[in-house]
Amino acid sequence: MSKKFIVELDEALCKGQTCAICQHTCPQGVFAVSDRATAQGVWPLRVAQPEACTGCRRCELFCPELAISVTPAGEQVVEPTAPQPAGPAVATPPLHPPQLLGGKRGGGGWTTAPGTLSPGVHFLSGNEACAEGALAAGCRFYGGYPITPSSEIMVRMARRLPEVGGTFAQMEDEIASLSAVIGASWAGIKSMTATSGPGFSLMVESLGYAVMTETPCVIVNVQRAGPSTGQASRPAQGDVMQAHWGSHGGPEIIALAPWSVQEMYDLTIRAFNLAERFRVPVIVLADEVVGHLYETITVEPTVRCFNRVRWPQDSPFGTEADDGVPPMPAFGEGARLLVTGSTHDARGIRRTTDPRTQERLVRRLARKLLAHRDEIDDWEAYFTADAERLVVAYGSVARSALWAVQEARHQGQRVGLLRLKSLWPFPDDIVARYASSLTPPKVGGERGGEVVVPEMNLGQVAREVERCVTAPVTCLPQTNGELIDPRRILRYLLAGRWER
Amino acid sequence: MSATKNKGEKKSSAPQLRARYLRQPTPFCAGCGHGIFINAFLRAAEAAGLDFGRTVFVSGIGCGAWVPSPHFLADTLHVTHGRAIAFATGIKLTRPELEVVVISGDGDLVTIGGNHLIHAARRNLPIKVFCLNNWLFGMTGGQVSATTPSGAITATTPAGNPHRSFDLVRLVRGAGAPYVARWPVARPRQLRRGIETALREPGFAFVEVLSICPTQYGRANRAQWAQVGGEEVSLAWAMLSWQEANCISRRKAQKEGAADRIVVGEWREGDETWSA
Repeated sequence: MSKKFIVELDEALCKGQTCAICQHTCPQGVFAVSDRATAQGVWPLRVAQPEACTGCRRCELFCPELAISVTPAGEQVVEPTAPQPAGPAVATPPLHPPQLLGGKRGGGGWTTAPGTLSPGVHFLSGNEACAEGALAAGCRFYGGYPITPSSEIMVRMARRLPEVGGTFAQMEDEIASLSAVIGASWAGIKSMTATSGPGFSLMVESLGYAVMTETPCVIVNVQRAGPSTGQASRPAQGDVMQAHWGSHGGPEIIALAPWSVQEMYDLTIRAFNLAERFRVPVIVLADEVVGHLYETITVEPTVRCFNRVRWPQDSPFGTEADDGVPPMPAFGEGARLLVTGSTHDARGIRRTTDPRTQERLVRRLARKLLAHRDEIDDWEAYFTADAERLVVAYGSVARSALWAVQEARHQGQRVGLLRLKSLWPFPDDIVARYASSLTPPKVGGERGGEVVVPEMNLGQVAREVERCVTAPVTCLPQTNGELIDPRRILRYLLAGRWER
Repeated sequence: MSATKNKGEKKSSAPQLRARYLRQPTPFCAGCGHGIFINAFLRAAEAAGLDFGRTVFVSGIGCGAWVPSPHFLADTLHVTHGRAIAFATGIKLTRPELEVVVISGDGDLVTIGGNHLIHAARRNLPIKVFCLNNWLFGMTGGQVSATTPSGAITATTPAGNPHRSFDLVRLVRGAGAPYVARWPVARPRQLRRGIETALREPGFAFVEVLSICPTQYGRANRAQWAQVGGEEVSLAWAMLSWQEANCISRRKAQKEGAADRIVVGEWREGDETWSA
């Protein structure tokens, strides 16, 4: 008398006769197709001849739905089989040193951290200062790929990150670079990459993924002349629109534009703080001039840092809170996270055909930035109190613009300068405010109240300015791979001429 | 080894495995080979002592990528097409104490993402990569992949695939991986043991899982299954039967030659047969 086996088949899971692997693999004919279909139209298999089972278990090991179990008679163990809750069953301590995760578990928010560079004056290039700013902000992972004119950032990080307990990786391309950065960020580590135009183009798919998954990270784009390979070692500002609109789906983005080595340090810190605060990728839109420029910078003994709010027990992709920024747990904390670039609900569960979830998610992702422009907008104004005309400039061009405005002032022109330090979300209100407060010109003329936008592209920010102001906007474009000569801007301000 | 095998197989029943490791039933087509992989993987993971609470599963785009996400009750990262290994690199480098397992398809890991695969192998990044090879792009409607056999009919090769396919084992070995294996879903016991072995490897481990896609590949190439009773049985079983008949173990292949059959087994750096 051979041993008896209990064969159980969960018909609710069975996908029926189109599969029927159990029926075909069973040498004893234990299974047969059921004589009635389920509500879903599936004709499930059933255990027709249990007594024939010899316990080979082929059916059990084959079943793609894990719907079959074969147990020797008398050995069945009744165990609870109810699904476990998706949340952490047992609170597990964080595996990583808390100082790297930015404070205690569940913490986050503003903190003051000791600097990573000795306080005082340093003489650095913009790219080196950018790397030091990242370290000071708490960046402990860099994934990148060499590209002129940004490579000095990764070279500095390769040497410096191990000194502060961080990790450096030279990846196989820029796609992998930003991908690894996003992975590291979900592992709980502040992370960044740096690149230039061609590399940034490769990154934009992952950039959209970071937006959709609300992954804090920093991408530095040291802009060079394009399109395509263009002029690798020459400056440009041609990626302003790409930074915002390069990724499909039209996400809102934060982008900052440093104009000095000091700001390569300061705005990189700020980029990390904004990324952690709003759970977004933040782009530092530098250019070749500020990247390769050497200047002295002042380093403070402490750095004000924002660390992501953690709370692993809360929904990581939705919040009822006004600011629209959900808390962000890390991998390995027991949260059993579902992170996906597909449309998902508050817990990360994919809802790829539900219009309400899609709309709610897309709107929240935009709102959490647009509703906080007061925390994001950043600018400096020079000589605007009595200005009749306004120059709007950003990045290295703003250095030329400031000199030109000062010289024009010496020569009796009432010109002011608005320097944009944040480009996205575009500071509409700021630009509109300064443009509308221009003093009516004493001497009439069509150019009265003019807003002038010099930039190293064919008019990307100028178009945004036009959208925000009623005054006439003049773009002063230059795309020859050279920094705009301050004398050229001055000539325009004095004589209205932009030819070379 | 046989003691381990039996212990691993009998540890949990199917309902227990589902309750412990799965969030929900899968949406895969009836007879999909990926489900057989899930069955084997969960048994292997349990036998290898893989702690789902300290494991991150990373996957890209496609049917294979849906195996871990949203189904596995663990941390899962479901990423852009082809980049799963790159994302996994960032996780493993910064949190080496976590287990990082990549499960995705041939289209994802090899056809679009092959660059990341060979570089992870070259670096000997200590992650485990399971490539569910169903020989084409299933989710998008059955288009040709870099692993589609020559001559096979797909939605984009209606006259037959004019190109050769990647031999994934040779590709990843050539890239420097210290452990590479290939196992068919038609042999679920062998598959379970193979997955367990790979999960226990200290370094980079790559497993090509020969899966089946009855819906796309199976229907487009019906003539191929006629020799194994294609009219009498389900398409899934016909494909599994073909796979069983056309796979040959390394040892056997070394003795009698592989002919046109697919060599299955494992290749570990340092073994005397590594270069075979």
